Amino acid sequence: MYDSGKIIPGLIIFVLIVTFPIWFNHGVAADPPKAELPKDKKQCVLPLSEIRPNHMKTLNQWRDEVLRTEDRSFFSVEGTMYQKSLQNACMQCHVSKKKFCDVCHTYAAVTPYCWDCHLEPVEEATKEDVN
Amino acid sequence: MFEKALKGNNNYWMWLGFLGTFMAIGAICYIRQFNYGLGLTGMSRDVSWGLYISNFTFLVGVAAGGVMLVLPYYVHNYKVFGRITILGEFLAIAALTMCLMFIIADLGQPIRALNVLLHPTPNSMLFWDMIVLNGYLFLNIICGWVILTAERKQVKPPKWVYIFVYISIPFAISIHTVTAMLYCGLPGRHFWLSAIIAPRFLASAFAAGPALIVFVSLILKRVAHFDAGREATNKMVTIILYAALINAFFVMLEFFVGYYSQIPGHMHTLQYLFFGLEHHGHVYNNLVPFMWGFVVLTLTGFTLLAIPYTRRNDFWLAIGSAALFIGLWLDKGIGFVLGGFVPSPLEEITEYYPTFNEIMITIAVWCTGFFILTVLYKIAVGVEHEVEA
Amino acid sequence: MDKKRREFLKIAGISTLAGLGAPAVVDRLVSGVSPLAARAAVEVQPGGHGAESQAPAEHGAEVVPTGKQYGMVIDVRKFIAQPGLADECIKACNVSHNIPQFPDPKDEIKWIWLTGHENAFPDNSQYHLSETMENNQVLVLCNHCANPPCVRACPTKATFKDKNGIVAMDYHRCIGCRFCMAACPYGSRSFNWRDPRDPQGGLDMNNLNRLFPTRMRGVVEKCNFCVERLGRGEEPACVAATGGSKAMVFGDLNDPDSEIRQVLKQNYTVQRKPSLGTKPSVFYII
Repeated sequence: MYDSGKIIPGLIIFVLIVTFPIWFNHGVAADPPKAELPKDKKQCVLPLSEIRPNHMKTLNQWRDEVLRTEDRSFFSVEGTMYQKSLQNACMQCHVSKKKFCDVCHTYAAVTPYCWDCHLEPVEEATKEDVN
Repeated sequence: MFEKALKGNNNYWMWLGFLGTFMAIGAICYIRQFNYGLGLTGMSRDVSWGLYISNFTFLVGVAAGGVMLVLPYYVHNYKVFGRITILGEFLAIAALTMCLMFIIADLGQPIRALNVLLHPTPNSMLFWDMIVLNGYLFLNIICGWVILTAERKQVKPPKWVYIFVYISIPFAISIHTVTAMLYCGLPGRHFWLSAIIAPRFLASAFAAGPALIVFVSLILKRVAHFDAGREATNKMVTIILYAALINAFFVMLEFFVGYYSQIPGHMHTLQYLFFGLEHHGHVYNNLVPFMWGFVVLTLTGFTLLAIPYTRRNDFWLAIGSAALFIGLWLDKGIGFVLGGFVPSPLEEITEYYPTFNEIMITIAVWCTGFFILTVLYKIAVGVEHEVEA
Repeated sequence: MDKKRREFLKIAGISTLAGLGAPAVVDRLVSGVSPLAARAAVEVQPGGHGAESQAPAEHGAEVVPTGKQYGMVIDVRKFIAQPGLADECIKACNVSHNIPQFPDPKDEIKWIWLTGHENAFPDNSQYHLSETMENNQVLVLCNHCANPPCVRACPTKATFKDKNGIVAMDYHRCIGCRFCMAACPYGSRSFNWRDPRDPQGGLDMNNLNRLFPTRMRGVVEKCNFCVERLGRGEEPACVAATGGSKAMVFGDLNDPDSEIRQVLKQNYTVQRKPSLGTKPSVFYII
């Protein structure tokens, strides 16, 4: 091989850089975050096993139903009626965007654009303004 | 064949470096726009399209203009254009790339651009424009590349490529027709609501595209020893002259319809573009110099190209074709789109002044187009030289 | 005729045929591609008042329309009698929909606003206009046309006709091409040239209607006939702001028993630019 003196160290440096996150964390994954759940509510719109992996699909489905097919029917959870709405249903119980939404989204490095338009619960907003 | 673009003299690299500098400045300006929003441009609620869309419209024409070389050569077997059809095809690639860049620069949410494919909407002319523009780009890349490769190997191009060549001819017409339909099907925009828009666009395109090719081929003659040939140049000039004449005829027809019918909506924009429009005691006329520039430059260009003495002189021929190209750009790339927004649907007048940021992005897109054009022409000329050697 | 030319004509003929057939194929493909797309295709069906039927109708004959078409009657006389009422309507809309009030007119966003009589009705005669009208300002808003050009122009179905006849916007889908703004003959659409939440001149984030979202930059927005309030069984915000004055009457234009139809029956009304065939759903009593 020509230039093996350059190629082999180069390859080693490349592999080291690419694998940086693995060896830097000693092969141990960071603890998965724990989203803060509402204390006084037991039941969500869907069972945990569905809502956790599929909440984005549910939100998209609600969005299309409400906005595009004008199906604004309400639904009931534990006897309370809710609209199909992120801002006006989900966030009624999950009162903190930071402790509920952001912890996982930051961990998974996703930035959904929900909050570009939709308003997060007011307590959080004021805190953010103070910061 | 790309290796041909990697070997060049100092002038070649300096030219690319010059273009690259503007491309870099434009990229920074685009990042600023991406982060802040289109509020960094001069566009407003009343003039909601600006330099980006107007230049896009003009460049669709430049792309379509290449067909004026392809059609005589492939359909009428006009052999003289054999050396330069590749210039037409490569010009279309560069022009269409600019078009797509202008569209992306103009979108408020560029990252959602693919929604056009995700939610196809056949009733929208923009959907069809997307299809024909990308289709024509694809066709030109295929045809240009395959035919040039065959030429380099000194074999006949494969038969299947002719299918794409022939399809590309109606596609060239369609890209500019559909682009005209973006405008001429909108109720309440009197200046655009005219059945003559599509033919007028085609006429101006068939003048502007070949004019640019004549101009560039004269440069290639000096810097790259690539001679398009006197007969081919003369034939292109004839095409340019007729097309420019038809375009002027169509413009005058618009004037006749507006001013003879005396329907205010049909006169207002022409009045605004060419003479200035008075409204509540104020005369709005910021596009007037551009429109008279269009008249003067196209007349100059036409004269220089029409008189045999100046046509035979490379210097005057270059000046003439450049004047015609710039003149037609002023007409379609400035006046047509921007003028259509005056007066607004609520009979108010808002004038549009592009911002520095916006102008730099526009220049950068043009420079990117010329960068691509330079590289592609370098390859094409390199192959020609290799074959001749 | 040489061989090449003959070949070309053959190909040209075949591609023309293919071109003629393509739209039908595309239509079928589109409606078959996903339930969502199919649903969207259904939404586009115009159910408007006076919607033309497919069969050739007698010239000028009104075809019995199907479906709902919400509309509005604006009684200009009542707004003249109560100065300041129009501003109340505008304010109610701005507050209800979190509409930013940018100081620079270039960034302006408006859903309902006041404009001169001649600006609102440029097609009507302005010659020797009565003094009241000459200086009068009229409320204008999206006309929620039964035949909306903006919906035709939109390349992503981000703006569409919903089943109540409202020309709705799906801000999640809008790519910000502003084709709809060029297509609207009433200047009813605004574009978010900058972030509506921009601390410089944008919304006051501590003072919002927290039941309604804001918009993001780069999308087009316009009056939505308060579709979110209708869903809760309330009147549109501007109509509610007129109180019991009946300066604005809102209702289903296709329901012969609705209040709006009674008002239309009893009064001579005009629409903005009716000659364009857009069939506006907002009527004015002058």
